[in-house]
Amino acid sequence: MEIPILRKFSKSEQGSHPPRRVQDLITIAAFLTPAIILFVVFIIYPIFRSFYYSLWNWNGMGPLTNFVGLDNYKSILTDKIFMKGIVNCLLIVFFSLTIQLPLSLAIAIMVGRDLPGRAFYRAIFFMPYVLSEVITAIIWMGLLNPDPDRGFINAILVLIPGVKAQAFLGNTHIVLASIFVVLTWKYFGLHMLLYLAGLQNIPREIEEAALIDGANRWQMIRHVTIPLLGSTIRTTIYLSVLGALTQFNLIWIMTKGGPVNASESMATYMYRFGFVRFWFGYGSAVALVMLLICLAFSIGYLRLQRQPDYLGGV
Amino acid sequence: MTTLSYRRTDAFKKKLPRFFQYLVLSLVVLVVLVPIVILVFGSLKTRGQMYSLPYTIPIPAHWENYTRILQMPTFWSMLRNSLVVMLVSTAGVLIICSLAAFVFARMQFRGKDLAFNLLTLGLMFPITVAIMPVYLVIRQMHLTNSLTAVILIQTAFALSGNIMILRGFFLSIPVELQDAASIDGCSAFDFFWRILMPLARPALSAVGALTMITSWNDLLTPLVIIDREKLWTLPLGTMQFQGQYGMELNLVAAFVAISAVPAVVFYLFAERQIVAGLTAGALKG
Repeated sequence: MEIPILRKFSKSEQGSHPPRRVQDLITIAAFLTPAIILFVVFIIYPIFRSFYYSLWNWNGMGPLTNFVGLDNYKSILTDKIFMKGIVNCLLIVFFSLTIQLPLSLAIAIMVGRDLPGRAFYRAIFFMPYVLSEVITAIIWMGLLNPDPDRGFINAILVLIPGVKAQAFLGNTHIVLASIFVVLTWKYFGLHMLLYLAGLQNIPREIEEAALIDGANRWQMIRHVTIPLLGSTIRTTIYLSVLGALTQFNLIWIMTKGGPVNASESMATYMYRFGFVRFWFGYGSAVALVMLLICLAFSIGYLRLQRQPDYLGGV
Repeated sequence: MTTLSYRRTDAFKKKLPRFFQYLVLSLVVLVVLVPIVILVFGSLKTRGQMYSLPYTIPIPAHWENYTRILQMPTFWSMLRNSLVVMLVSTAGVLIICSLAAFVFARMQFRGKDLAFNLLTLGLMFPITVAIMPVYLVIRQMHLTNSLTAVILIQTAFALSGNIMILRGFFLSIPVELQDAASIDGCSAFDFFWRILMPLARPALSAVGALTMITSWNDLLTPLVIIDREKLWTLPLGTMQFQGQYGMELNLVAAFVAISAVPAVVFYLFAERQIVAGLTAGALKG
């Protein structure tokens, strides 16, 4: 379907020359303006503005009078509680990558492509993702209640001889693990769904060829399926890490970062100083530190993603 | 021959793993559903039953908790606020993103790549990270305590991802179509409005469904922007309700169950669109 005159026409349209028709320019400007305004006013400008605020000691009232330079950053980076927040975020990252994602992958492979009842399992497993974090948090605060007469999980635990009821959200040693369980309950369905979409793109013939060549099912999954899911796995790693680094809602509702900062995350720390205590200068500085951490991770991820996939097109 | 013998051993070997597969998957189904079922059971009990028989099936079911909540004016104002925010920001996202995605997919101008790359930077700033800076700007604009601010913020933070999804879809529509249209005297706007938008309906409904869910469930934006009770959205109101009626667990359970109903019903109807939106977004991002 090569029509020479069309090609010539489209070349002049697609070339790097600026468009000749004024009408096109007007269209471009008019179409882009709303997006650009929103983007600049609510994303770009606030970030620069809050860098400026972060250099002041300011409680949001009255003019900026107390210039402190980089002191806010200094106190953040030497604050043990903020460090606790970073460590907790990194722990959630670590457990997400070693437990949550492999679990989701295993479930996705089990649901697979042709299991009868596949649609049912997919719909059920994805449901927690659709519930809001508020609803998830309230449901699990009930389940994790330390009193076996009110918390279902303790009611089951005390049935095991020698096991006592646990204050899952009140014990500094297990609170983070409890929150991680809730996070996994809510988010494994999302990752499973992405893996299922990735599985759809793997040609069945490749897996069957491996089986014919004498590989058992486990070897096939290990050496064929998982490598071919490479790009999907990288995507879920990205989403999972970014989600863990910025975790706020569930933690804030369930524990407010407590007890004694045991479940503090970077975001709950920022919220506490910025919005509960109204230290706007300090809060802005915390926000920018978080932003830099996320940016550093994103850039690192993009570098990694440039590496070639096993199957470029899949 | 080879396929035949392979099929036979395969069918034989499949039986046992299949049983195991169903066993594990059913266990996961239990883990997902039991928390939700316990909540629904709790919402149908009286306060006394909640403490004496916390995990049993509520027979007879007590619907009083639900009627009590449905009689609260605050519940209806939360529902209305959530609906307004969701509908306006979804409409905004659909319009603004498809306009911009069209330009990035189909028009040429100097600095296009730079502009697009800048826009995709937005993906790296989840709203949690930027909420403090954004709040200060909203305060400067005297927009705190308004649904407008919530809508503007939700729309702004949905731009990057959805422009990328829609641009990808627009790029997949053959250039020849636009050439033919423009030979027939169709302006860029006409092409966008009369040809591209109708073709893009599946992509638009995917973006729309996902934006609706995100907006409906958003807690952080209203939490930061709004403290007047009249303007609470459902997630914010649910959180406050839990704080206020924490002792009446049956009532809290009913409130949570009611506020989950719209999302779950919507999910059951739009599962395909939500899934398509998520996978398109994730695979692009």
